[in-house]
Amino acid sequence: MPSLPEWGAEPMTYLIQGETGDWEVVVGLEVHAQVSSKAKLFSGASADFGGKPNTHVSLVDAAMPGMLPVINEYCVEQAVKTGLGIEAEINLHSVFERKNYFYADLPQGYQISQFQHPVVGEGTVTLDMEDGSQRYIGIERLHMEQDAGKSMHDQDPKRSFIDLNRAGVCLMEIVSKPDIRSPEEAGEFVRKLRSILRYLGTCDGNMEEGSMRADVNVSVRKVGSDELKTRTETKNVNSIRFIMQVIEIEAERQVEVWESGGEVVQETRLFDVARNETRAMRSKEFAHDYRYFPDPDLLPLKLSEDYVAALKASLPELPDQKKERFIAEFGLSAYDAHVLVQERETAAYFEVAASGRDGKQAANWVTTNLFGALNKLGLSITESPVSAANLGKLLDLQADDTISGRIAKDVFEIMLDTGDDPEKIVEEKGLKQITDTGAIEAAVDEAIASNPEQAQQVRDGNGKAIGWFVGQIMKATGGKANPGAVNQMLRDKLSSD
Amino acid sequence: MTMLNELTITDAYQKLSSGEISAVELTQSCLDAMAAARDLNAFVTETPEIALERAGASDTRRASGNTVGPLDGIPIALKDLYCTEGVLTMAGSHILDGFVPPYESTVSANLRDAGAVMLGKTNMDEFAMGSATVTSYHGSTKNPWKLDDGKDRVPGGSSGGSATAVAGHLGLAATGTDTGGSIRQPASFSGIVGMKPTYGRCSRWGLVAYASSLDQAGPMTKSVEDAAIMLQSMAGHDPKDTTSAPIELPDFQAALTGDVRGLKVGIPKEYVIDGMPGEIDTLWKRGAEMFRDAGAEIVDISLPHTTYALPTYYIISPAEASSNLARYDGVRYGLRVNGDSLDDMYAKTRAEGFGTEVRRRIMIGTYVLSAGYYDAYYVKAQKVRSRIAEDFTKAFNDVDVVLTPTAPSPAFAIGEKMDDPIAMYLNDVFTVPASLAGLPGISVPAGLSAEGLPLGLQVIGRPFDEETMFRASHVLERQAAFSAKPTGMGG
Amino acid sequence: MSLDTETVRRIAYLARVNIPEAELEPLAGELNNILGWIEQLSEVNTDDVEPMTSVADMSMYQRKDAVTDGDCRDAVLANAPDGNDAFYTVPKVVE
Repeated sequence: MPSLPEWGAEPMTYLIQGETGDWEVVVGLEVHAQVSSKAKLFSGASADFGGKPNTHVSLVDAAMPGMLPVINEYCVEQAVKTGLGIEAEINLHSVFERKNYFYADLPQGYQISQFQHPVVGEGTVTLDMEDGSQRYIGIERLHMEQDAGKSMHDQDPKRSFIDLNRAGVCLMEIVSKPDIRSPEEAGEFVRKLRSILRYLGTCDGNMEEGSMRADVNVSVRKVGSDELKTRTETKNVNSIRFIMQVIEIEAERQVEVWESGGEVVQETRLFDVARNETRAMRSKEFAHDYRYFPDPDLLPLKLSEDYVAALKASLPELPDQKKERFIAEFGLSAYDAHVLVQERETAAYFEVAASGRDGKQAANWVTTNLFGALNKLGLSITESPVSAANLGKLLDLQADDTISGRIAKDVFEIMLDTGDDPEKIVEEKGLKQITDTGAIEAAVDEAIASNPEQAQQVRDGNGKAIGWFVGQIMKATGGKANPGAVNQMLRDKLSSD
Repeated sequence: MTMLNELTITDAYQKLSSGEISAVELTQSCLDAMAAARDLNAFVTETPEIALERAGASDTRRASGNTVGPLDGIPIALKDLYCTEGVLTMAGSHILDGFVPPYESTVSANLRDAGAVMLGKTNMDEFAMGSATVTSYHGSTKNPWKLDDGKDRVPGGSSGGSATAVAGHLGLAATGTDTGGSIRQPASFSGIVGMKPTYGRCSRWGLVAYASSLDQAGPMTKSVEDAAIMLQSMAGHDPKDTTSAPIELPDFQAALTGDVRGLKVGIPKEYVIDGMPGEIDTLWKRGAEMFRDAGAEIVDISLPHTTYALPTYYIISPAEASSNLARYDGVRYGLRVNGDSLDDMYAKTRAEGFGTEVRRRIMIGTYVLSAGYYDAYYVKAQKVRSRIAEDFTKAFNDVDVVLTPTAPSPAFAIGEKMDDPIAMYLNDVFTVPASLAGLPGISVPAGLSAEGLPLGLQVIGRPFDEETMFRASHVLERQAAFSAKPTGMGG
Repeated sequence: MSLDTETVRRIAYLARVNIPEAELEPLAGELNNILGWIEQLSEVNTDDVEPMTSVADMSMYQRKDAVTDGDCRDAVLANAPDGNDAFYTVPKVVE
């Protein structure tokens, strides 16, 4: 059992101001993350997204008579790795149980899941909040289960269509403790979890494609109280923004219910995006007796200490560790480090660009210039036309004064267009900074001579005029004069003679 | 002169090998017998074209010296629980109306690859739930054994169609499945040999599932040797079945040494029930004598939890069945009864598709798994099951095999025992314990009741020790020298 | 444990099997009969024994992660009562 870290600074409290006082929200999230495997959890059909309807379906997935499940070793690994990534206890003995219910997208009439004995126990996810504080969100458990198929209700007036492509894909259900206290925290939690999963490669975290979705459990209580009031569950929320919206809406709705003398009903709800509201699902009150029992077609899952240790040793450096290292090695601020480590690819990019260079400067170029450009172009960092090595070279060119920061920005624009090596660009376009004092002096003299009024202003002590002169000279030299040298020379020449 | 369809597998193999008969002739003889005995309702689907094609292929192989084994060209019947590719498979249920599997079960594929010839699919209790073959959607099967009272008798169940097929010489052998006794008990009622291997010996892939932790495929034959030959081809590890044992197959036929000197045979005192005919007890004692005469040692043992085996079985098997049968919902195959809504369609389809016994067991199963009752019923039953298995494990420290009666009565008349389900459940009282413990068990015809109906004796072995079980039962068979024939066949 | 008709109705719903109103009580009687017989298990001392959830005492076989199946839509839909050539269909579901 990993020792719990010290609790972080007091969180900024998210309050709902009701008629009778202030309320706080208590949130737990159940995140369903699809494992990035080739084949499904218990069948050899493809687990790929998309595909023509019912083509990624084996007879086992279609629940034909006599079909049997056989577990995918890779899915087991990914679940254990994920458990290790959230610092959780790995249960060496776990059991698959059948969750029995009827629905059109559930061909067996039961889902193979884990109930009393999940493969992963308690863990922690550390959040870096915007205000610099850290929050620790407890994880209750992680278990493996089959995903269901898809039903389409809008293709035909009288019938729903069933596509079983997704049925049987391996899901990891990651259940948080009810430690989340604001929409912001919930967003950060999902972002962090997603980041960890992507680092591990166990899930691609693509919420639009449905690889990751959450059931949002919300209850409210008066500030200062520690009772847990009735909660509702809003299912299948598939974006971070929606998760945060659901919490806001549900919290407000529930406060209104309590304050008007009513009782919040424990129920399952759905998020209606169009109307920005949650509403109760139609269901009969005794529909939820799942009659879990161990699946007799399977055996208990037994893992050895060696197996877990080997997986632990194979884990890549995770976001938290990487962030600490970036702060220590590159002198970054916690915020910058946090931004850079969110995606493994970004961190890798940064490390190449910053290696042997000024970390802070590299961080700035990546998070400001590069991110800005990629956002505009709609590209991910792996699609960046500017390679990390080349960005590094751009930094070198500035560091040894070959080009100025201003010119570097221009070179960067060209690099975005062409993907070229900056040294080549500087060479071809003749952008080398003019540091030759003779040439600079000539330009300065020329500018002073052509602008006697402004020269007089500088002599009279008008500081702004120096800037104007620098600007003129930079224009005249196509931006290539070393602005520092220009500035110095101007001061020398225009000091009271 | 023996009719070809009356041969055993071993005798038929000899005649095929010597060229005295052809596989096609052998198969035709069975097809003719089937046609003449349709009133027994043993077969649900007859597959003469497939049979003759496979028989022909066998003859071709034999002509070029390429036979694949002792089953090459042997005509057999398959219980309709085995999914057979391209051939209607209904498991005795209306809810599988029209279901034609696009796949072949592992066990029947093994038999096909061993050259066996499929004659057709045999009748069974619906979803294997029964011990008389009276709950089938296709009507009851009749036992070829008849008495002068003219009453049709049950062949036992759930593999009653297969039992009748073998006892009536409609096929040389048949496959069955055994969950609580569904091979052994009908074998006893029909005067044939039937065995259930150790759980995990045969693959369950492609068998319509009833109770997953209990179901096992097994052979139903005219002799113990034939059963050993059949099992050799049926059994073996299947990576498509997680519960399939990754254990090498021994040579079962080679185990039939005929020698049981020094073998320790256990007699469990608990295998009696109230109202059991005295003649069964007598036969059991005679069986022990037969073993003693052959040089075995008889050891009194106790299996103290025997009396709890049936109630344990009737919690566990309905529970598993209630979940296994949830897939029969009218969506993807079989019967669909249209409804106003999805739930309505489910409820109507399943109400019409399932018979009363299946419905009863689904209800019991659903109940014992439901919230508030799971621990008291299901978990408790699984614990008692452990105790039952423990009883055997302890006993096997002192003995090599256990000898018991197979059934508490001979075949009863069709229509009897229908008032109280429990009366029907009691048919399996002696077979269920070995099922719960996962042990191999075989029924050998050992004598006749006073009225002239067959009675079997059961030999139970250690897990994965079918060899000793076969060796012992082979000797018992020799000693019993059961040679009576049924009189219920036309002419 | 005695079942009343209300419980039988609830179980029938869980199992999605229509039981005609007139059959509820007789069925309750049958089920109570069976449950009463099963009750005797409470006599057995099971204090220090584990439930036998798997007969086979072996470690679970795990298969390699490879696409070895699927892409057989025709077989998958071949027996569908009301399918079209790409989907299964059911009466419309309203969520």
